[in-house]
Amino acid sequence: MKILETSGLKKFFYRLQALKGVDLHVEEGELVGLIGPNGSGKTTLFDCITGILKPSGGKVYFKDKDITNFKPDGSYKMGIGRTFQLAQLFPEMTVMENMLLAIQESQGSMLNRLFRIREDDNRNKALSLLEFLKIGHVRDEFAKNLSYGQQKLLDLGMVLMADPELILLDEPLAGVNRSLAVEIVERIRELRKNCGCTFIIIEHDMKVVMDLCERIVVLDYGEKIAEGTPEQIQNNEKVLSAYFGG
Amino acid sequence: MNTVKASKVTPLRASIGWLCLLGIFVLPAFSVSSQYILYLASLTCIYTLTAAGLNLILGYAGQISLAQAAFMGIGAYTVALLSTKLSFWVALPLGGGIAFVLGLVLGFPSLKVKHHYLAMITLGFNIIVYLILMNEQEITGGSYGVFNIPRPKAGPIDFTSNESYHILIALVTCFIMLLTYWTLNSQWGRAFKGIRENELRAEMLGVSLRNYKLLAFAIGSAFAGIAGGLLAPLLGYIDPTIFNLGFSFQFLLMVIVGGSGRFEGPFIGAIIITIFPEIFRVAERLYFVIFALAAMLILIFMPKGAVTLWDWLFQTITGREAPKLTK
Amino acid sequence: MILQLFIKGLSLGAVYALIAIGFSLLWQTSRTINFAQGEFVTLPAFLMVLLALVFKIPFALALILTIIISGLLLGYLMNRVLDRPLIEKGVLPLVVATIALGFMIRDSLIISWTPEALYFPSLVPKKPLHLGDATFSAVDLWNIFVATLIISGLHLFVKRTKTGKALQAVSQNRDVANILGINASKMILLAFLINAVIAGFSSILIAPIYMVKYDMGVELGLKAFYAAIIGGFNQTRGALLGGLLVGLIETFTAAYISTHYKGAFVLIVLMVVIVFKPEGLLGEKELYEYR
Repeated sequence: MKILETSGLKKFFYRLQALKGVDLHVEEGELVGLIGPNGSGKTTLFDCITGILKPSGGKVYFKDKDITNFKPDGSYKMGIGRTFQLAQLFPEMTVMENMLLAIQESQGSMLNRLFRIREDDNRNKALSLLEFLKIGHVRDEFAKNLSYGQQKLLDLGMVLMADPELILLDEPLAGVNRSLAVEIVERIRELRKNCGCTFIIIEHDMKVVMDLCERIVVLDYGEKIAEGTPEQIQNNEKVLSAYFGG
Repeated sequence: MNTVKASKVTPLRASIGWLCLLGIFVLPAFSVSSQYILYLASLTCIYTLTAAGLNLILGYAGQISLAQAAFMGIGAYTVALLSTKLSFWVALPLGGGIAFVLGLVLGFPSLKVKHHYLAMITLGFNIIVYLILMNEQEITGGSYGVFNIPRPKAGPIDFTSNESYHILIALVTCFIMLLTYWTLNSQWGRAFKGIRENELRAEMLGVSLRNYKLLAFAIGSAFAGIAGGLLAPLLGYIDPTIFNLGFSFQFLLMVIVGGSGRFEGPFIGAIIITIFPEIFRVAERLYFVIFALAAMLILIFMPKGAVTLWDWLFQTITGREAPKLTK
Repeated sequence: MILQLFIKGLSLGAVYALIAIGFSLLWQTSRTINFAQGEFVTLPAFLMVLLALVFKIPFALALILTIIISGLLLGYLMNRVLDRPLIEKGVLPLVVATIALGFMIRDSLIISWTPEALYFPSLVPKKPLHLGDATFSAVDLWNIFVATLIISGLHLFVKRTKTGKALQAVSQNRDVANILGINASKMILLAFLINAVIAGFSSILIAPIYMVKYDMGVELGLKAFYAAIIGGFNQTRGALLGGLLVGLIETFTAAYISTHYKGAFVLIVLMVVIVFKPEGLLGEKELYEYR
């Protein structure tokens, strides 16, 4: 079953065309890699899917529902979670508070949220997720005091809080040291095995992408130039020229 | 890392704290011989209330509002004009209610613009309210204002004397502060803070910016409305000049100087702004110059506000870190 | 009638524009929203009264002294003492600090001098001029003339000189300016000086119309603020257009609709602009329109 589909997705910044009609489809449970040279529109595509940016044209469907004009809070409640290239946290809140904020809006009504004081279930869930990501020991630290790698992990942890069906990871390994990168990849694999959610990953580390993903989509200058298994992509001429020839 | 132990806020301690606070608020009614100082104490309560509203908007939800004086004016005129016709007990919540609804409306631009633009819109709202109060003479009495605003009675209890009316103000203030405390420690408080810290990410985690920003504006404005409703009978007369822009600026000063985003902040700010002139009484009018100077110094040297002093004091005396009152 | 109002509005607007230009210059270079901008006009006016009328210093000399003193006090000192320590702490602390500064200047003037309005002589005769059936004062023409002179001077400075170009670079993009080796903090200081000097000149233009009073700057500062936002915060042209618009709207609504609510119409225009075109009439949109 198709979980995400974009058809002819366009985004202009004035005359600059960041996306020139991208068609993307992702099956449930897939792990798709999204690659392309810098400035090829990968992050813009994420922004348009999640509603951070309003697409200039085209449609976004999530589980056959049109979510093109959804705002970020709407798409999150639909079940799309996303991490950021630079970890986006709430610096003056503790790690635990960061995690709790990630789930509260998916539960109950506004009024419930005013009167729900005990949130033991959420706390336990956050704890086990933090343990899973191996940052349980810093749960009472302010997010701003975390190391870069820990911030990345927290960013991921927050997304996992509300059990999203589709997770968009924007360069989860960028700027992370080797051993932590291995760790993160390991976590992503485990997650796939356990929760059966769908991933789209933007990543520059080709080795990881080729290793991890079943299907790869290549963007260049806002257009999809190739799509296929890692082997197909490795031997695709267009891709090679986009990266090396261009 | 910090080795100082943090004090935990247990329910028992919180209750004791609240009783102490209620005591501090009510005490002047029994202990102060000077009517003037009692009046200042009443004023401090009213300022605390208004500043607490602004703190919710500014310190927690991260939006700026320069219209607190206007909302006070709305509350004050509602009580002044309706307490003789209806009853104070109807007019006070009504004033708060009107301020709530107008605050909701004023909150809408905050969904589109930020910083100085929002400052400008709220500032403009303040000026327009002022102009209406000034020029719609048939209703508001124009620049003459409204005289002889009665203090309320509740059956056998009479709030006419300065002491009893102070107790009423203190009770209302404490009650509303308690509600604020609850709100800030609920998931709403967390969402407000999230918006302040990182609006984009908060929205990406399902926080509806529209709902929460509007709520912050509406609640914060309603506080000012109620504070204004309490102010009118305290003074006995009101005129538009009380609710001018400068008054709104004062509340902004109060919150920032006290410590924005901290529950105790507005209270400390309000005390500073009312007690200060007394300390520098010899200086007469110079006090405001000194206050402004002190505000600038606090901004430069204590960017988190005078609440830093309280933290330091608490830590020196008890050897523990001051408790965090809100999430 | 219309021509008469037009000239009156233009003359007011020219002064607003002057104040607004300094205001938006401060915002562009240092992200300072100067809520004490009005007091930056009040103080030189009082200085002029002190020097020219009380100490009886010749007018031209008094003018020069006033400009120098206000440049030092409101430009240099403000930059060093208030702006430098607070600039890294975000927009809000500076807003509050300038509000406090405004309060301080106003109350200091009341205490040290007078809460009354002081008379200030006009540089040009106040005798009415006639053009067709329109009657207007020479002061209006003089104001328009001087404002035009100062604004074109500033424009030439920014466009033609090396320092001016550096100033522009800093106000447009601090990072790029840094890469080009421009000393941003020096340019910010320059912006403060320019602002103080322009405000000084505008105070001499407005004082004969408004009278010199401790709170004369409150309205002026606000109007400069409106002008900067209506025209566009990131453009000097914007401040000019905004200032003229505010002056014209004010004069015409006061004449044709209601004097009581003349302040409200400008505000309504302002709010409409903010909600529908937040970047201002001539402002430039930011590249990424996050919604």
